Amino acid sequence: MYLGKPTFSEKVFNVINYTLLGLLTISFIVPFLNVIATSFVSEKELIERGFVLIPRNFDLTSYKLFLRKGSVLVDAYKVTIFRVVIGSLLNLLVTAMFAYPMAKKDLPGRNFFLTMVFITMLIGGGLIPTYMVVKSLNLINTFWALIIPSMMSVWNMLILRNFFYTIPPSLEESAFIDGATPFIVLTRIILPLSLPSLATIGLFYAVGHWNAWFDAVIYINEPEKYPVQVILRNFVLNMTAYELELEESTGLGAKPPSVTIRSTVIVISTLPILFIYPFLQKYFVKGIMVGSVKG
Amino acid sequence: MYYLLLLPGLLYLIIFHYIPMFGIIISFKEYQPFMGVEGIFTSEWVGLKHFQKFFNSYYFWDILGNTLAISLLKFIFGFPAPIIFALLLNEVRNKKFMKTVQTISYLPHFLSWVVVSGLLVTLLSTDNGLINIIREAMGKESIMFLGDPKYFRQVLVISDIWKGIGWGSIVYLAAISGVDQEMYEAAYIDGANRWRRIWHITLPSISHIVVIMLIFSVGGLLNAGFEQIFLLYSPAVYSVADIIDTFVYREGLQSNNYSYATAVGLFKSLVSMFLLLLTNFIAKRLDQEGIW
Repeated sequence: MYLGKPTFSEKVFNVINYTLLGLLTISFIVPFLNVIATSFVSEKELIERGFVLIPRNFDLTSYKLFLRKGSVLVDAYKVTIFRVVIGSLLNLLVTAMFAYPMAKKDLPGRNFFLTMVFITMLIGGGLIPTYMVVKSLNLINTFWALIIPSMMSVWNMLILRNFFYTIPPSLEESAFIDGATPFIVLTRIILPLSLPSLATIGLFYAVGHWNAWFDAVIYINEPEKYPVQVILRNFVLNMTAYELELEESTGLGAKPPSVTIRSTVIVISTLPILFIYPFLQKYFVKGIMVGSVKG
Repeated sequence: MYYLLLLPGLLYLIIFHYIPMFGIIISFKEYQPFMGVEGIFTSEWVGLKHFQKFFNSYYFWDILGNTLAISLLKFIFGFPAPIIFALLLNEVRNKKFMKTVQTISYLPHFLSWVVVSGLLVTLLSTDNGLINIIREAMGKESIMFLGDPKYFRQVLVISDIWKGIGWGSIVYLAAISGVDQEMYEAAYIDGANRWRRIWHITLPSISHIVVIMLIFSVGGLLNAGFEQIFLLYSPAVYSVADIIDTFVYREGLQSNNYSYATAVGLFKSLVSMFLLLLTNFIAKRLDQEGIW
């Protein structure tokens, strides 16, 4: 599209526009540069320079402290990775199994089940009654307290159902004639055809598990079972609980300043997302567009 | 046989959505945590006592006011932000620049509030925080942004916009990309400058999606952002930051007043449900598609 030579006022507009967007973009980057730089700063340099955007010498003490075997953060990473993998796979399985019958428009009772789903979108039990259910199922302080209470997102279920609508029924008919059960048809025919949607929804679930922290705060009281986000939260809010861990750093050289320690925890717990994100970004964008289709 | 497939999801909905809904009855009872499950049935009925206590308590108006004020502030500044961002982005002719800005701006959406609060605490710290270093370099005093009731809400609103502006712009950019390009050319030939083209073509083309987003946001009016506030607030700023959700958490899981906390939570749920049904009704009236 050619809309002629830019006039003077359009040139002014362009300069302002690029400047605004550039500044906004910088505001997204600077906080990360800030913590990355701070995580490498030694006590000495921090006192000398006050504020550091690019450290003179990279001090790795606090990284050594957190990346050694048996550190709280390494243990928490095991919990988080376990949660993301097991949780997302179970989420996908349960969601697909629910969405498939909901895509069968002539299934008797379908409207009843859909109404049941919609009611949960309108009103929930709230914090305390849900906590009481988790407690009475003896899930407190177990790994499953992080998985089972968020087994299925009804939004994701509806997105997947909408995708199932687009699969022609003729593809499954012959399988049914050959005597296949719905479960076989779902796993052998429908799911292989739905891989792009499953990937998108799986990513939403995975990011949800990766970022989740509040359920662990209320359901888990044993620090060795905390996921990364909870450890990070504790370091941001109040570092004193980890004094013992920090004391052990004396063997690794001078103890890093507390801002450095906090920044290191932020960097270590965010880095995986920062690295994976550029490759997955387009799937997320596709996902939100699928989701905007009316359910 | 299809019903067998439904079973796991159905069990999940019943156990973690419908049973808790039934558990709401403890808000009309005098339930104590030590009573266990059977206490839900055996505890004494007290009617609307807990609701009356909440409505008559001196912090009721504070909490309701904070909830509404914070979510309204976020709405007033946060709702137009992604629209303006999308409009500005659409005027960029350099595609590479546009893609880069988009990609970077979506990123904060994928970070948890824990990470964002960590970034904020570092950035706003009075001891070597970037913002206060800049203030001091300009000869101003440093400010305890997170501990000062004067600034706390500003931090909430700005960080909320920072986190959501990129992701929120996606729907508007998608709507803009559907606009017929020939309209712009025709407008140009008719002598419309850039402002006129934005004002008379781009904006009207996305107005329907703006209306839909506007209507939907009313349903979340009582959601002022629990995670964000819970991670950032402290007793020093309770007067401007304590909302219904944080109050329910403290009363329920910290002070063990299960019945009272559930009553306050139920009050919020009912108002939210009313708003949601109302907006869905209005949406249908305006000839838009409802949520369901």
